[in-house]
Amino acid sequence: MEREIVLEAKGITKRFPGVLANDNVNLTLYKGEILALLGENGAGKSTLMNIIYGLYHRDAGTIILKGREVNFASPREAIHNGIGMVHQHFQLIPVMTVAENVMLGSEVTRGYGLLDVEKAAKQVRELSRQYGLEVDPDALVEDLPVGIQQRVEIIKALYRKADILILDEPTAVLTPQEVRELFKIMRDLASQGVSIIFITHKLKEVLEVADRIVVMRNGHVVGETSPQESTESSLAAMMVGREVLLRVHKEPAKPGEVVLEVSGLTAYDDRGSKAIDGVSFKVRAGEVLGIAGVQGNGQTELVETLTGLRKPHNGRVTVKGKDLTGASPRKVTRAGTAHVPEDRQKYGMVAAYTVADNLVLNTYYAPPFSSSGMVNHKAIEEHARRLVKEFDIRTPSIFTSGGSLSGGNQQKMVVAREFGRKIDLLIAAQPTRGLDVGSIEFIHQRIIEERDAGVAVLLVSAELDEIMSLSDRIAVMYKGQIVATVDASKVTREQLGLLMAGVTEGVLEPEVTAVI
Amino acid sequence: MKSEPTPANRLVGIAKSILDVIAVPILAVITAVVIGSALMFAAGYDPILAYSGLADGAFGDARGIARSLLNMTPLVFAGLSVAFAFKGGLFNIGAEGQLFIGAITAAWVGFAFDLPPYIHMPLALLAGSLAGAFWGAMPGFLKAFTGAHEVITTIMFNFIAINLTSWLISAGGENMPPGPLSDPIGRQHALARTPNILDSAKLPVLVEAPGRDIHLGVVLALVVAAIIWFLVWRTTFGFELRMVGLNPSAARYAGVNVAMTTILTMAIAGGLAGMAGAVQTLGVNHRFESNQSIGYGFDSIAVALLGQTHPLGVVLAAFLFGSMNAGTTRMQRWSDVSSEIILVVQALILMFVAADQIIRYIYRIRPRRPEEVQQLSAGWGQR
Repeated sequence: MEREIVLEAKGITKRFPGVLANDNVNLTLYKGEILALLGENGAGKSTLMNIIYGLYHRDAGTIILKGREVNFASPREAIHNGIGMVHQHFQLIPVMTVAENVMLGSEVTRGYGLLDVEKAAKQVRELSRQYGLEVDPDALVEDLPVGIQQRVEIIKALYRKADILILDEPTAVLTPQEVRELFKIMRDLASQGVSIIFITHKLKEVLEVADRIVVMRNGHVVGETSPQESTESSLAAMMVGREVLLRVHKEPAKPGEVVLEVSGLTAYDDRGSKAIDGVSFKVRAGEVLGIAGVQGNGQTELVETLTGLRKPHNGRVTVKGKDLTGASPRKVTRAGTAHVPEDRQKYGMVAAYTVADNLVLNTYYAPPFSSSGMVNHKAIEEHARRLVKEFDIRTPSIFTSGGSLSGGNQQKMVVAREFGRKIDLLIAAQPTRGLDVGSIEFIHQRIIEERDAGVAVLLVSAELDEIMSLSDRIAVMYKGQIVATVDASKVTREQLGLLMAGVTEGVLEPEVTAVI
Repeated sequence: MKSEPTPANRLVGIAKSILDVIAVPILAVITAVVIGSALMFAAGYDPILAYSGLADGAFGDARGIARSLLNMTPLVFAGLSVAFAFKGGLFNIGAEGQLFIGAITAAWVGFAFDLPPYIHMPLALLAGSLAGAFWGAMPGFLKAFTGAHEVITTIMFNFIAINLTSWLISAGGENMPPGPLSDPIGRQHALARTPNILDSAKLPVLVEAPGRDIHLGVVLALVVAAIIWFLVWRTTFGFELRMVGLNPSAARYAGVNVAMTTILTMAIAGGLAGMAGAVQTLGVNHRFESNQSIGYGFDSIAVALLGQTHPLGVVLAAFLFGSMNAGTTRMQRWSDVSSEIILVVQALILMFVAADQIIRYIYRIRPRRPEEVQQLSAGWGQR
């Protein structure tokens, strides 16, 4: 079958200091197809896309766009030549309307520098109709849900006449229902001749939506396949370069006494609006309670309130019967709580500190690491050598700065510090965000090991797969409240998806609901 | 995991990282000196003669060396003040004000009490540092509890300190009573100053040089630099202080009381600057005059930055600046070059250290990785 090639990258090589990010990479994109570019973080997907998009300059190789060799100096030129990119973090201005956002940078005017918003709104409406991208051009972006904001980004690209669309991890922020809608839009676009490059590391999605799959690893393209001839585990093996356990093996939980008890907890976010609203739950020793929910429904504030980083407004928190409502982070840590923070760069580590120092970040003050106000470097180094070995942290030395490790190893460092001491309660927020499959596998296993050792685990994650495979019970958060608590072995993805969107009526059969 | 590096490898690594730290300051000094030469040359002077005069004035004889060391001393204390605050993520522009408060307090204790020397001198020194510590703690307090940026508040506290001390020692006038700490004898000649301190409060002289006695403060400066190094790198407080400076969010996560650490950091920084003032009063001037130490507090910012905020670096930078200032008179006499050119050279050094990208670009030095860079001062809303 002869298909029209719209974009061809040949022998792309890009070297960063100390890293070969792209090594002689070849990629072909046909007209009207959805090409999934699959790979772990650091595999070179983003580098390749940024080269095509004109953000980086390649060291070697050629890019042929619609039969013509091109050499973009900036994204502006790429956009001009019909390449559009939707980034993971949207580049929208919240206080402006959809139409204003769409025309930003290529404004429609009626001369004399006067804007013609009506004309832009009309064009937005036309695009919406043509591609089935429903959106109100006059709505303010800040009032729109994330899924719709993403549509605005896609319309922005189409408005600039893009016929090649690069979507960078587009599903990371969406509910399962929104993901389904996005996939429908992607298929519509493709059927009308738009070519889509879909960057992701989620295997299920690739199998669902892609026409063709290209897998990258360590800066190389390691294979090309199609959804028909691959499975999740075959893709994972290609991505990682070895067989991977996709689901964690775990025995049924043996819950013991209640460790964490939260009742009627209320707290405000930084802007002063109610972020968690009368939340109550219990976590027992030896079980994992997963908190599911779309990002921004109060999970972050819940974890911060439990770990002492945010003051509660109302309610009560006890750990093993000890009142820790509004206690300082130090008090919480000393009560036997480990906290894997959501944002490891901001809270979990000091980038300029050595690996050794980062491994005692919240225990440095106590013996054996300190005595009478003096830091004992020898003890800190010994401790670091032990943990680096036990948790397989890949670092040139324990004196390397934490910030120079890869994301996966930084997280292993945080996990090693938190799991490496005697704990009763583990609060893990997004413990595998942005990590490669290998690290995810490792961290999941460690979490289950902790559970089996009798630790009570509170797991907060935006990844449904993670929640479903690790949890024994799942509480769903929506707008600051827990709308349902369910038995993890009985609930379906679809049910969770609806609950996460706030739909509770008639979703659950009674036997799915778990006892709190 | 790679094997642990051998001792030899580690030594090379340490040497490399030291070179990495000192390369920019050294090249900044060289570049500034070269540009200074070009300026002199363009104005029709002989730069070699000028710099020879500078070197001779600073090191040519015992008096020159004494002058250099005496100039260095307050810069070490005040430079440590700025550098120490910087380690805790705070930009102390207020060393000047803290120095004034320390100087006048030491002078007051020095003339108002009559005590045996072994009590009087330490007491005056201690009082000066505590007053400076108090003056520094206030902006720290404001930062910790109201979020007021320390750069703004320390500048304001400088104005308060300079004008407060100037009132305290004013000689008065026709309808204006003299300041409470002013010197009765000075008043008759309309001189704004405190009375002379008693001999028992003076810092002991270690080496006599005509008019340039080297006092105990010179040694004290080096001892304090060593203490600060120990405090920052060897104690739990130092561990917390650096954590707050590098990543206040992580410090909070780790259970550090960020507010208390901020106040304590500013108090210690203020105490160091206060000690600079006290040492000048007790060792050199033997009284407080409002124009006696203008500029040390500001030069100390340059010294701290040139010294890469490391205590040893601060000592070396203070010695460089101190000897430059000591040699200017002879430079002017030898070569007719105005002594102000040294201020230009010092300003260029500061500029090149602060904007180190210029030096890194000129000499092709690898830019620093983001995690190695501690921001000098975060903008509004960044912290």
